[in-house]
Amino acid sequence: MDRITRIKPARDQGVFINFFANLKSKGVPVSLHEWLTLHRALAGDLSQCSLTRFYHIARSILVKNEIYFDRYDMAFLDTFSGIETTDELLDRVLSCLRQTRDLKLTEEEKKELKELDLDEVLKNFERQLIEQRNDKDYSSDNGGNRAIGTSGTSTQGAWGYNPAGIRIGQGISRNKRAVQIAERRAFKNYSSDRTLDTRQMKVALSHLRSLLPVGEGEELSIKKTIDTTCKNAGEIELVWENRLKKSSKVILLMDVGGSMTPYSNMVERLFSAASSQISRFKHFYFHNCIYQDLRTDMNGDNTIPTLDYLKAEETDYKVIIVGDAEMAPSELTWANGAVDYWYYNDEPGSVWLQRIRDTFPDIVWLNPLPQRRWNSIKSVRMVRDIFPMFELTLEGLDESIRFLISGKGRLHQVGL
Amino acid sequence: MDYFKGTPDYVISPELQDSVNVSIALGRPLVVKGEPGTGKTLLAHAIAKALDKKLFIWNIKSTTKAQEGLYVYDTINRLNDARFGDKDISDISQYIKLGKLGEAFAAEEQVVIIIDEIDKAELEFPNDLLNELDEMSFYIPETGKTIKAKHRPIVIITSNSEKELPDPFLRRCIFHYIEFPDNELMQEIVNVHFPDIETKILREALKKFYWLREFDMLRKKPSTSELIDWLQALIIGGIPHSRISKELPFMGTLLKKKEDADLVDNSDGSHYAYKTSKRSRRVY
Repeated sequence: MDRITRIKPARDQGVFINFFANLKSKGVPVSLHEWLTLHRALAGDLSQCSLTRFYHIARSILVKNEIYFDRYDMAFLDTFSGIETTDELLDRVLSCLRQTRDLKLTEEEKKELKELDLDEVLKNFERQLIEQRNDKDYSSDNGGNRAIGTSGTSTQGAWGYNPAGIRIGQGISRNKRAVQIAERRAFKNYSSDRTLDTRQMKVALSHLRSLLPVGEGEELSIKKTIDTTCKNAGEIELVWENRLKKSSKVILLMDVGGSMTPYSNMVERLFSAASSQISRFKHFYFHNCIYQDLRTDMNGDNTIPTLDYLKAEETDYKVIIVGDAEMAPSELTWANGAVDYWYYNDEPGSVWLQRIRDTFPDIVWLNPLPQRRWNSIKSVRMVRDIFPMFELTLEGLDESIRFLISGKGRLHQVGL
Repeated sequence: MDYFKGTPDYVISPELQDSVNVSIALGRPLVVKGEPGTGKTLLAHAIAKALDKKLFIWNIKSTTKAQEGLYVYDTINRLNDARFGDKDISDISQYIKLGKLGEAFAAEEQVVIIIDEIDKAELEFPNDLLNELDEMSFYIPETGKTIKAKHRPIVIITSNSEKELPDPFLRRCIFHYIEFPDNELMQEIVNVHFPDIETKILREALKKFYWLREFDMLRKKPSTSELIDWLQALIIGGIPHSRISKELPFMGTLLKKKEDADLVDNSDGSHYAYKTSKRSRRVY
């Protein structure tokens, strides 16, 4: 098959190129390969000249992950919203329109309304808009046959009858128009900046799984096969062995209580599931900041000495700290600054944090607070000076895992 | 050209229909993603049925290798046969067994093949099939033969997004994300399963069902297949519609996890405290 089918330059090629550029600028990863595929689909008239179908077809070809659907919507709006009514105009028109009676036409009358092609309709629409702008009064337009109004037979307006009509802001419509669909931005929630929810947590876990070296399976043990085959006097017997599975090592430190309460369920769930994924998994809890004791349960009834643990632990563990790092700066800088009244710490929290940082080269801090707020909270800034910090969102988690795997944690230093 | 319009017992949204037809027309694999229970696997069955084509199913497991889908050279069998000399082992082709994908390529007419749950396999799995799916052909070095599809099969690939699929692979595919059906579409789907269900029961049940799905914190949101089970239970149990609106009979068919059931029980009918997105952070 001829791989690059020549496409005749369409009249509105400019709009299309813009669409491609808009997609790129919104951060949708579109390749030229996919772009050409779309042209091939359009050359085959698969969209049947409908913008709505074009919307779906282009999306299915260009966008390969639902997290980008929202950005696709925005790019689509930027490109094609000019073709439909603009919001501003819509408001003006709507404010003057009221739904009146349903339009009843005889078959003959319907025939008279010949189907115009989209270009003509648009031109018509534009012309009349200009005319009407001069008129200023829209409210007299009900039932007309030329201008915008309800129940009319002109090519614009709602509840009217014209096969090639433009529908303006009818509110509920089963055959949704493409730009309306894009405007709805129904996939906003799939956008990857959003904090993790149940569904996305599963995906996030699979990202954690990438900490595991892949390659489980069975392997033929040649030595044992020869042994048993010899014992069987030549009758071949194959011996399979499980390939050695390399393990990944993760320590999780979780902030619980206080300001983390809204997130604790989320965090807990994420990592109780992670513990089943990662073969060598350890977890501890803390409240706001880590001091000389590490909690081994959520309530803090059982603890182990932090210093002993840091000395004894293998340092090639990857460490993930989850916390909002939102606290009084004194909790980080003062001896006896801990938020718990009954708890006395000889050394300030920042010293302990730095010790942990120095022990484990591969370490990240995940913060459920949105990144834009980090700089406005003093304690977050201070913690950020010590640890590489990532947002606890799908993207942030992904990024942090990549950060851990690539060993960039070793490069991360204060002030760099 | 074949044009897929859905089947009487598989309700399809116009968007998905478009995606399927684009995929057929361009001869590209269609990657279908979506929540569990939105009928991803059934899609391939429906296409095969509607277009009257043979269906090959390749179920992927965590240990599946890409090679298995193309062909397997049964060396052990050959080694076994070699010992007694009663068979002609010089003909290697008798030890070459085509996999599901291989069979689909070798078929005389156009077929439908589904690669089910591709994300279960190892990360590199899709990359190993890159060229094969692009060219719809592969080479068997042992026999020196090339299997090439006479008619590009309709390839449907489903994924639960357990793993991200590699970009070069996705670039060669058409992608569709099945949105969870809205109330209207859901009614159509239910009507396919229960043609004579009482309207009132259906309405109340759907109201309750979508209300349940509103809980952000559920570990496993009830899906279409669970709704169907639940309706079945309601019909057999002869539950009047008034009871459905007041309580949740047979909740176990919808919520499979104890935590979820507790959460709904404790919610007092309000979503507010159980939505992460609406949470305020003023908790100290």
